[in-house]
Amino acid sequence: MSAPVTVESKPAPPPVEKIKVKVDGREVEVPKTTPDWLGKPQPTTMLQACAHAGVDVPHYCYHHKLPVAGNCRMCLVEFGTPVIDPATKKPVINEDGSTKIARSVLPYEPGTPRGAIACATPISPGMELYPGSPATAQMREAVLESLLINHPLDCPICDQAGECKLQEYSVQHGQSASSFVEAKVHKPKSVDLGPRIVLDDERCILCTRCIRFTKDIANDDALGIINRGSYNTIAAAPGRQFDNNYTLNTVDLCPVGALTSKDFRFKMRVWFLKETKSICPGCATGCNIVIGSRENSIYRLEPRENDAVNGPWMCDTGRLDYKWVGASDRLREVRIAGKPSTWATALREISVRLGGVKPGSLAIIGSARLTTEELYLLKQLGRKFEAITDVVEHSGEADRLLVHAEKAPNYAGARLTGMAFTEAGINLPQIRAGIESGAIKSVIAFGEDLVSTGLSVELLSKLSLLIVSDVVSTATTPLAHYLLPGCAYAEKRGTFINAKGRVQKFMKAVEAPGDARPEWEFLHELVHQVTGSNGYSTIEGLFNSMAKELPPLSGLEWSRLGDTGVTITL
Amino acid sequence: MPQEYRLILKNADKAGYTPDIECYLRHGGYEALRKALATPGRDLPDGKKQTSQEVIRDEVLKSGLRGRGGAGFSCGLKWSFVDRRSGKPIYLICNADESEPGTFKDRQILHKDPHQLIEGMIISCWANDVKLAYIYVRGEFPQAAKIINQALKEARANGFLGKNILGSGVDLEIHLHRGAGAYICGEETGLIESLEGKRPYPRIKPPYFPAVLGLYMCPTIVNNVETLCAVRHIVTMGAAEYAKLGTPNNTGTRIVSLSGDVQRPGYYEVEVGKATLGELIHHENFGQGLRPGRSIRAIIPGGSSSKVLKAGEKFKLKRKGADGQMTTVDVDLLDLPYDFDSLQAAGTMSGSGAIIVLDDTRSPVDVLANLSEFYAHESCGQCTPCREGALWMSKALHRLSHGEGRKADANYLLHIAQNIQGRTICAFGEAAAWPTLSFVKKFKADFEARGAADEAAYPGNGTGKLPTQH
Repeated sequence: MSAPVTVESKPAPPPVEKIKVKVDGREVEVPKTTPDWLGKPQPTTMLQACAHAGVDVPHYCYHHKLPVAGNCRMCLVEFGTPVIDPATKKPVINEDGSTKIARSVLPYEPGTPRGAIACATPISPGMELYPGSPATAQMREAVLESLLINHPLDCPICDQAGECKLQEYSVQHGQSASSFVEAKVHKPKSVDLGPRIVLDDERCILCTRCIRFTKDIANDDALGIINRGSYNTIAAAPGRQFDNNYTLNTVDLCPVGALTSKDFRFKMRVWFLKETKSICPGCATGCNIVIGSRENSIYRLEPRENDAVNGPWMCDTGRLDYKWVGASDRLREVRIAGKPSTWATALREISVRLGGVKPGSLAIIGSARLTTEELYLLKQLGRKFEAITDVVEHSGEADRLLVHAEKAPNYAGARLTGMAFTEAGINLPQIRAGIESGAIKSVIAFGEDLVSTGLSVELLSKLSLLIVSDVVSTATTPLAHYLLPGCAYAEKRGTFINAKGRVQKFMKAVEAPGDARPEWEFLHELVHQVTGSNGYSTIEGLFNSMAKELPPLSGLEWSRLGDTGVTITL
Repeated sequence: MPQEYRLILKNADKAGYTPDIECYLRHGGYEALRKALATPGRDLPDGKKQTSQEVIRDEVLKSGLRGRGGAGFSCGLKWSFVDRRSGKPIYLICNADESEPGTFKDRQILHKDPHQLIEGMIISCWANDVKLAYIYVRGEFPQAAKIINQALKEARANGFLGKNILGSGVDLEIHLHRGAGAYICGEETGLIESLEGKRPYPRIKPPYFPAVLGLYMCPTIVNNVETLCAVRHIVTMGAAEYAKLGTPNNTGTRIVSLSGDVQRPGYYEVEVGKATLGELIHHENFGQGLRPGRSIRAIIPGGSSSKVLKAGEKFKLKRKGADGQMTTVDVDLLDLPYDFDSLQAAGTMSGSGAIIVLDDTRSPVDVLANLSEFYAHESCGQCTPCREGALWMSKALHRLSHGEGRKADANYLLHIAQNIQGRTICAFGEAAAWPTLSFVKKFKADFEARGAADEAAYPGNGTGKLPTQH
């Protein structure tokens, strides 16, 4: 008797309920609800409806990932609602067949238009929004005038200049002159809020984004407002430093130049910065970032929004961990037995010497800081010589927001390529024992300082072949028979796979120092030389061929990764 | 003859009347509560049934009671908005943050007859299924706070508060909370934020209507002191009797705070609409007129936020004739009945019931400069237009009243005020803008007359001569 076959029919997802509204006379159909800052469906707001119509509503305090405050009043928009006949409860129809609309007016002054804050006002069927009306324009103009009367107007020396919403909206919606003739309010300047943040209270427009982020996202009640009215001032709680691991997000959130990063302020005009999409290599979260660089120097990292990974945020640790890229202790030349050499010589010699290695006598120790493509190439080498492989474990504290306990970006890639096993580092004791016993005579180490993993200088000196690639000098690099200078993530392209299986690509922002080359480039040459297999000279081709070979990546192509990556099943 | 009608203040000023519970009980105190608790449910003509609590709520609605805090909104309607199906507790808050300049009515009740308020609150709480209520007393009322706390203690000791009130099975606790001295805490959502221990930034509506998302995001009723006292009398008298007091749509009594240039400033409880502005100012039962030789220049009719009325103004009011037809009649300023609707028809409001009389020795410029300083100081600073505009107006008016005015300042002030009203989260925007809008429009010549200063001293780039900062 066969078991009854049950066909599971999934109920179709409920249709998204839509509402028709008009934006400046154009009818648009928008979803009745839209996710709020927590992702919970809430009635769609006027601001979101305008966005559906392709109309930007200017705003300062509103941020899609923060609770709505409604205080800046910049998003005031004139609107109208259908007139309802009290008797029939149905909309009144004009002679021309259109619905009669009552434009919003002040209840106590029916001749004066009234705006609603688009950020918090839900739309209703038949509503008409007038973001382009003269009344809306006047409201914006008035808010901007108010915001600027006590503002120091010190744009020439302000770090925010060039990416300042006061500047942008003044150009788009403001006036060339103010009627203000009084003395300005003066407030604290250069306030040392915490170890990474300086506040200029005179530039502040009191939108409270920083307070809401700190309280509702970073879970820290450090910031608040003191004083009253026009004298309102953002401040850290008495006796407290503004010092959590997310403080620098407030600099991004600040629409004006009030909150500045101690690291970045006065270093560079923002319009000179080249922006490169990248991934933070600090931990296995893989926050999406933008590298701001100019003339081969990195000036700042900023988060790049990706709801599948980091939202619009990143931690301060990750943000400030870029200085080593341009540091003076970077490896810049190929060395053979400590003497400067060339890539051609070194790679030729290495391939010859590897050719003499007995199967099972080679260990390859990689790093989860390497790209997936590089780990894949290392594993190919390992397979050829039946090498024992592993990557080094780096672990630390995690937090509830973004920081992951695995302190390198690509452990998933290391496991997926087979360079590491379920837990990174479990083969290291075996490798050590092999060197001690003399069974392992050759070691290839990429991106890790073997000495700090517990392989002593004495032990490493027993090896007949030690090939090391790294980006900076370590205790291991002087011991290398062959030293190959590699690249920082910002100097090459590639992919990292984060702890949740997000395959994310990153782009090159700056040139590597000296003769340093991306590891995948010279690894690919080496693999080609020792295995004879045909390789790819581009990162695209390399990724695509790797994806064909590794089942979890099957179907993926470099071009399909987009800017925010693709999640795979690990 | 216009005269006081003391309902809420019936006992407060009687010789020997003290704020303790024994005195209150001797004067029939807490009888209204007993009556309320004993109210039977009833069947309605349409077959529906009303619980005893619904009966009380219905009575309050039918009484026509309008909020005495300032907005004059129907109390019964406000109660009807409360979300009773949320599964969350319902809170009631007594707004005793009386801070509207010119207003000194609630403090009479708080100081002299605290149990009347508590009784009104207990009835209102019971009628609305409230188990926990708060009295938010303004920071500047330390004595009132002491008296109320003592009264609460007595009420608890006598079984009117706490568990199982008067054996009814009803539980209620009332806590007193003192403000720290901010006008904005009188705004109900600002008050709620303050009560939650936060900076009193009024909440955006939508979505935070107190009746749905109030205190601790639970349904909340916020009523003024005088309103809650009136509830007690509605229960005692019955809605129909109460509604006979006052005038249609303006029922009951209200306590008028009369101040400024009158011979006998003070608080007077009157039937709403039964006395005119002129009577309240001139009649021997009330203000007893101005000082000899003075004449009225202006009247601020409903607390400092209300739009000023100028002597000699005439208004068109709609009146229902004997035949039931509505006719429009011309009414002189002093003949305006002092009620919600007439003052609204006159383009202003009766607000908190505070009448400030300005005689011909007062300069509208200086008066407005004084008022604007108050609003600049009390703006919470949340919304851009009010935060920046209130101080801006105050600075301009300070300049104007100190011999540094410009001809253009009248329009300059209108420009600022026009950009505040209707553009803020709470009604403080209106409160700050309306005095300026009304004073400048109605007394424009006075403002322009002060514009003698050298225009060149204010080149329009914010670098002008510095007025004294406060």
